Amino acid sequence: MSGDPVIHAVNLTRHYRVASRPFAAPSVVKALNEASFDLYPGQTLAVVGESGCGKSTLARVLTMIEPPTSGELTINGRRVELKEGEPPPKDLRREVQIIFQNPYGSLNPRKTVATMLEEPLKLNRRELSADQRRQAALEMIERVGLRPEHADRYPHMFSGGQRQRIAIARALMLNPRILVLDEPVSALDLSIQAQILNLLSDLQDEFGLAYVFISHDLSVVKRIADDVIVMYFGQPVETGPADEVFERPRHPYTQALFSATPIADPNRHKERVRLKGEPPSPLAPPPGCPFAPRCFMATEACTQGDPPLEAVNERVKVACIHVEKPAQTAP
Amino acid sequence: MALLDIAGLDVSFRTTGGLFPAVEDAHIAIDPGEVLAIVGESGSGKSVSMLATMGLLPWTAEVGAEKMLFDGQDLSRLTSRQRRRIVGGEMSMIFQEPMSSLNPCFTVGTQIDEMLRQHRGGSRKERRERTLELLAQVGIPDPAKRIGAYPHQLSGGMSQRVMIAMAISCNPRLLIADEPTTALDVTIQAQILDLLLQLQQDTGMALILITHDMGVVAETAQRVIVQYAGHQVERQDVKSLFAHPRHPYTEALLSALPERAGEQSRLPTIPGVVPGLHDRPSGCLFHPRCRHATEHCRQVAPRAEAGDPARTLCHYPL
Repeated sequence: MSGDPVIHAVNLTRHYRVASRPFAAPSVVKALNEASFDLYPGQTLAVVGESGCGKSTLARVLTMIEPPTSGELTINGRRVELKEGEPPPKDLRREVQIIFQNPYGSLNPRKTVATMLEEPLKLNRRELSADQRRQAALEMIERVGLRPEHADRYPHMFSGGQRQRIAIARALMLNPRILVLDEPVSALDLSIQAQILNLLSDLQDEFGLAYVFISHDLSVVKRIADDVIVMYFGQPVETGPADEVFERPRHPYTQALFSATPIADPNRHKERVRLKGEPPSPLAPPPGCPFAPRCFMATEACTQGDPPLEAVNERVKVACIHVEKPAQTAP
Repeated sequence: MALLDIAGLDVSFRTTGGLFPAVEDAHIAIDPGEVLAIVGESGSGKSVSMLATMGLLPWTAEVGAEKMLFDGQDLSRLTSRQRRRIVGGEMSMIFQEPMSSLNPCFTVGTQIDEMLRQHRGGSRKERRERTLELLAQVGIPDPAKRIGAYPHQLSGGMSQRVMIAMAISCNPRLLIADEPTTALDVTIQAQILDLLLQLQQDTGMALILITHDMGVVAETAQRVIVQYAGHQVERQDVKSLFAHPRHPYTEALLSALPERAGEQSRLPTIPGVVPGLHDRPSGCLFHPRCRHATEHCRQVAPRAEAGDPARTLCHYPL
């Protein structure tokens, strides 16, 4: 890995206070609990998990839309100190951009493509003239595989794949170093999905971008990720290099998730790890390990305490008391 | 005799821009106890052909067919009253969005009960017992409590189970599942697919699964119909489809799957997009995106050969 990490996150935590009914004392929803990772330029970190596992909360914290409740976030070597309701420093904000899942909802239907692409320049690069802005927008349009005549069209004139290209172009206008991709291809058809994934990997090579790739589609993650964080109920349950995690999933949830994913090969009849039930309600978390009520390995000890994320070897960390850890490793 | 036998089904929609052909020349035949998957991208007409069978299309649709038989009865000649007796009873459907397909104003018990009242009758007590039995059958814990729940109190997976309970309430002989797991998480998807297959095996009903997910097809179906832009481009047995796709579209679609792409650095893609209302190409509809297209493909639309077991809609099947 080259140089310093562009994101250094230590124990990022985000809690929300919600009132379940009027006048009731608000309870705390732990949407994200102690996520730690380093992300290097040109690398892709995939965040995997089911709905409600805290993937999107992580995206909101990383893009500085919300401050973490606790934990440290360092972007580009600068410690981010945010106050609730206060905008982040502009120069830092430029470094991190986000692409959303649904390209039908994330583009303003009343603006042309060129207007949308020029807007970030208008706000952040005031020294540029109108011609220069237009030129930059046109270059980016071509870079993401659209044609110059598309510049003056409105979003409704584009297909889903083309809209996602526009969203990518808009995110890249300020030359960010980090892109947070929140399910960027799950709303797209299969034949279009491959085009967008190829575009993303080309752009990563060209600009040395670091990606935080949030997805539930494991076949996509396996293909593009360097590192993986598997999350369940707001907590990272397994982290490590993608190759190793996919080759040998250790946490029972990771195993269940992998085996639940359908594989496009009718000759492969695999034994499924069957999960019973559904994720618990965040308002009534189960005691101990949050996965214990659905886990096939669960024992009495699992309900006693929250298992910490512990190293299995130098690369992989797992939060499960049933996974063997090396004896007495110094932390 | 096939349970559902449809030949030459055409569906078009009257739009302000003219008549848009959504499905052309569709053939669907399914025997009792069979699992058939219809797979295609969005806009390929896979839902429309099944909605036409159910008679659920809006008035802007024009439906025509050479043959449209369910259990020997001609669906196209039935009065709407006769048709309503079949739809929901002997032939029923599960929709994609469980959250928005259930009526938010009524409890799930009432909504299941409505099906039983329409199709089977019986006393209130009998129907309640049957409803509880159905909720238990689809794996909803504590049915006696959940029978009074409103849809917003249930998760996506639970709502889909309620939809399934509704669909199987009258022991249908044909169940059509339109993207039943697309809105759900993978571990819940696995549970729902297991449940559907289990019910299918227990009752011997025929199951038509509409999906865009090749993984789901591979794990559940026996036979597959691949649709592209309203045409059935290939009909095959599931194993031979994945081993030897005959239509270039099927081949391209399978190789675009990340898990089949292997170690190569770039994913193989299908250039271009599915044609819309105004840019339907001449000749074969797939030719602008096809690697193997020739001049002949650009001019002449292919016809499925009667002798071809795969019924491939291509001049040069692979």
